[in-house]
Amino acid sequence: MKLYEVFIRAKAGLSHKHVGSVHASDAQMAMQNARDLYTRREEGESIWVVDSSQIISSNPADKAAYFEPAEDKIYRHPSFYPFDKEVKNI
Amino acid sequence: MSAVYNYVLNLGDNTLILGQRLSEWCGVGPFLEEDLALTNTSLDIIGQAKMLLEYAAKLKNDTQSADDLAFMRDQHQFKNVLLVEQPNGDYSQTMLRQYFMDVYHVHLYSALSNSSNQQLAGIAAKSLKEVTYHLERSQLWIKRMAHGSTESFNRLQTSLNKLWHYHHELFEETKELSQLVVQGIAANPKELHKKWDTEVKTLMATTPLEIPQTGWKATGGRIGHHSEYLGKMLCEMQFLQRAYPGCEW
Repeated sequence: MKLYEVFIRAKAGLSHKHVGSVHASDAQMAMQNARDLYTRREEGESIWVVDSSQIISSNPADKAAYFEPAEDKIYRHPSFYPFDKEVKNI
Repeated sequence: MSAVYNYVLNLGDNTLILGQRLSEWCGVGPFLEEDLALTNTSLDIIGQAKMLLEYAAKLKNDTQSADDLAFMRDQHQFKNVLLVEQPNGDYSQTMLRQYFMDVYHVHLYSALSNSSNQQLAGIAAKSLKEVTYHLERSQLWIKRMAHGSTESFNRLQTSLNKLWHYHHELFEETKELSQLVVQGIAANPKELHKKWDTEVKTLMATTPLEIPQTGWKATGGRIGHHSEYLGKMLCEMQFLQRAYPGCEW
């Protein structure tokens, strides 16, 4: 049996969020299993399932090269910029 | 007792006994996801039984409740068809029985949602959404097993040889039922049978499965003549209420 990743959209306007995975022998079974495991308490109104082998993920060994250089570049955060008083909802 | 009561009791018992049978898979399903999915199905169907038996108890108009109907009646007082009390067998047998019942329920509830009886129409409209999904699931299992390995095909064919003779009982006609059909209360069994037959045979035709050609038809459940399997199941299902009458949790 294959592994599928499950993404659920809680309501219109939000994006699909990864919630877990299911085992299934084909795509239709994966969709039904996702429905039965992850939406039985009204968690969502839309489901995506993706064959786990189709996901390209970063390599944990690349952690230093990929993510650590961002640590000392705090100027990339927008928190240093003063906003005009008239600007709301930022 | 009124004709409507008998009709509702038959539908309620079909769902109660089927739901109880399915619940036997809880914790021992073929794999975790399927175990949960079938338990969901079981709970949907027991929910339908609850609505139908509550209505039946109301029609009876005495002090009995839906729980009394479920837990305090003896085997011969149950009016379910023999198909639903058949043992789960292997997964092909469970799924084939489920497929037979799902096709039946989809057409039954579609028809009943236009019933002149408001209570029945309400229950049917709510249940139709559930059984539509059940059918989607069981139908895929039948296709998968029919086109799967030699082993899965052989098992499914064996189950078909066993269960085919039990479906006729779902469409049995009685004088009492015909009157309910004329009054627009009950679904027409002839029309249900035609729709069921067409749908099931269409699916079977896409597979190498062969429908058994013998003429034997199981009958008796609707008048309380049951197979040996029902009594054993009731022993387990009714134990708590029999040992501790009125107990709640």
